[in-house]
Amino acid sequence: MLLLLEQILNGLQFGFMLFLLAAGLTLVFGIMHLLNLAHGSLYMIGAYTAATVTAATGHFSLGVLAALLVTALAGMLLEAGVFRRLYQREHLDQVLATFAVIFTVNELTRILWGRAPLYLDIPPALAGTIEIIPGAPYPVYRLLIIAVGALVALGLYVLINHTRLGMLIRAGASNREMVGALGANIKLLYTLVFGLGALLAGLAGALAGPILAIEVGMGENILILTFVVVVIGGIGSVRGALLGALLVGLTDTLGRAFLPGLFALVLPPAPATAAGSSLASITIYLLMVLILVFRPQGLFPVQGQHGA
Amino acid sequence: MKQIVLSAMLLAISLSVMAVAEPVKIGLITTLSGPGSHLGEDVRDAFRLAIERGEGTLGGIPVELVVEDDGLRPQTGVQIAERMRERDGIGIMTGIIFSNVAMAVVPRLVRGGAFYISANAAPSQLAGSGCHPNYFNAAYQNDNLHEAMGQYVTDVGHRNAYILAPNYPAGHDALAGFKRFYQGDIVAEVYTQLNQNDYAAELAAIRAANPESVFFFKPGGMGINFVRQYAQAGLKDRIPLYGPGFSFDERLLAAVGDAALGVINSAQWNWDLDVPGNAEFVAAFREAYGRTPTLYAAQGYDAAQLIGSGLAAVNGDISRADALRTALLAADFPSVRGEFRFGNNQHPIQHIYARQVVRAENGGLTNQIVGQIFSDHVDAYAAECSM
Repeated sequence: MLLLLEQILNGLQFGFMLFLLAAGLTLVFGIMHLLNLAHGSLYMIGAYTAATVTAATGHFSLGVLAALLVTALAGMLLEAGVFRRLYQREHLDQVLATFAVIFTVNELTRILWGRAPLYLDIPPALAGTIEIIPGAPYPVYRLLIIAVGALVALGLYVLINHTRLGMLIRAGASNREMVGALGANIKLLYTLVFGLGALLAGLAGALAGPILAIEVGMGENILILTFVVVVIGGIGSVRGALLGALLVGLTDTLGRAFLPGLFALVLPPAPATAAGSSLASITIYLLMVLILVFRPQGLFPVQGQHGA
Repeated sequence: MKQIVLSAMLLAISLSVMAVAEPVKIGLITTLSGPGSHLGEDVRDAFRLAIERGEGTLGGIPVELVVEDDGLRPQTGVQIAERMRERDGIGIMTGIIFSNVAMAVVPRLVRGGAFYISANAAPSQLAGSGCHPNYFNAAYQNDNLHEAMGQYVTDVGHRNAYILAPNYPAGHDALAGFKRFYQGDIVAEVYTQLNQNDYAAELAAIRAANPESVFFFKPGGMGINFVRQYAQAGLKDRIPLYGPGFSFDERLLAAVGDAALGVINSAQWNWDLDVPGNAEFVAAFREAYGRTPTLYAAQGYDAAQLIGSGLAAVNGDISRADALRTALLAADFPSVRGEFRFGNNQHPIQHIYARQVVRAENGGLTNQIVGQIFSDHVDAYAAECSM
């Protein structure tokens, strides 16, 4: 029972991490109709920036701040320099171009930082564990990720549903020509939205830094899961991204944690391990298939004025 | 007109220079891009160092090193190998890091008459029934370091172990290797997804199972993630962690940080190994590249020296395949591992050491040899090789 609670906490933490990435990706896809494979590169830039600035200044908070600034800037530069030319093109062209961005950013990273992975530690104040569930010490830092994820979700909800910018974003997702015709500066809006998405990816990268290896290619690794989240949640929907991310996080974690054990109840140990770990690695894709069978547009499809 | 004459003269000069000392070309196919590329970098740099220390020669024979990046893609490796073989006429190759690339490249290459000297990848197939007279492994057999940890954890007296590896062929081989020499009970044998980042679920399960020891094999970034999260979860001080040297090379340690401090791991070489020539190699590598060589660097350096000993025996004429083969098998070179010899399957018979992660003088982390686990260890597949 204790273990189940702890694993649910793990699933939530993984889910919120995915949400930070998926929110930006789904906004960009929903509003600009841009299939951005290079979203993971922004995540990587965030992690590398956070590690470098933290190492130079000794303050993790400064590292995170720098990561936010740098990724937002990098995102807006990429939008203005590359992606803006892709909005009217087919998805295949977008895939090719953004794929090229992945290679370019990876190679630039290798040139700037070298081949060996970087080091970023949890700040001392957040290191250690806390018994939030009695008997199961849980890392404080992972709780922080859950808190930040929840705050970002709340912030995005307010931004999208209760501000003028959010109104434009929702309108842009429904009918971008009309928004342009009504006199809104759609170019600026796109750049801002892209910057926001990049900033969230950078935040995810900076927060992941102390837990995960900071290395070239780290973005591609997590990008596939992020796409699963976006598809499950409904393309363009931030609410869907949140629910999808938590679903994926929980399914993946609980599957990994308990499937081999469940198989062991009915199978001998060796086949149970094999079957359990094989099935655990595909649970999220099964989840995606199931959801798409019943909700082909995802959980919260964006349609008409029913925005984010 | 002047330019044409000039370039013709230059061409003539360069041709005559080539005629004087036609260097033996060596093809180095390795992984230099993407995750895990620092392994390839260390093999390449150490190989170059060996050539530089020989002033452009290996074993006194002038050589030319051709380096290509396989990007960890087997099909790219195959293309590079064919190009080197067909277009450049290269007859001797080395450098592949990853076993999946090696399995695609090596069998075809050696069947076609070329020589391949491995500086890292050592899949069981090539050590057992797929062994070949033209294939030599200067590093180890993949299972060796896992087998050593199995022996070590037994020797320490842990009555049970919780073992983990990624769910792919090398992961299964790793745990099989550990179990081959571990005498205690296996609490659980867990296979995680390849390239999994987050191990929170597995760590919670380990805490709940409360084993006496944990053995893991997680190459590259996976190992960084696992070791750090293991410490962050507060497990490091409660359950001792053991792993092969792959997750504890000096460059990974810089990324893992203090989470790795004190961990025992296994390797066939370390920078502080007290054998003739090793200190000189380590000093030369540090001076050339400004970092401590990893075990991969040592393997690259030994592969270069082994090739040098072969070239010296045939005076640079690699078309004398039989003589070259005999010379390589004799392994008559000053290995930085000390005594070095090949078994019947042309894989090393060598000592394997226990190393501990300690703080270096410069404040960083490094390994220090704390004991010897195996002496003259023969790999588990030698009997299946019919040579």
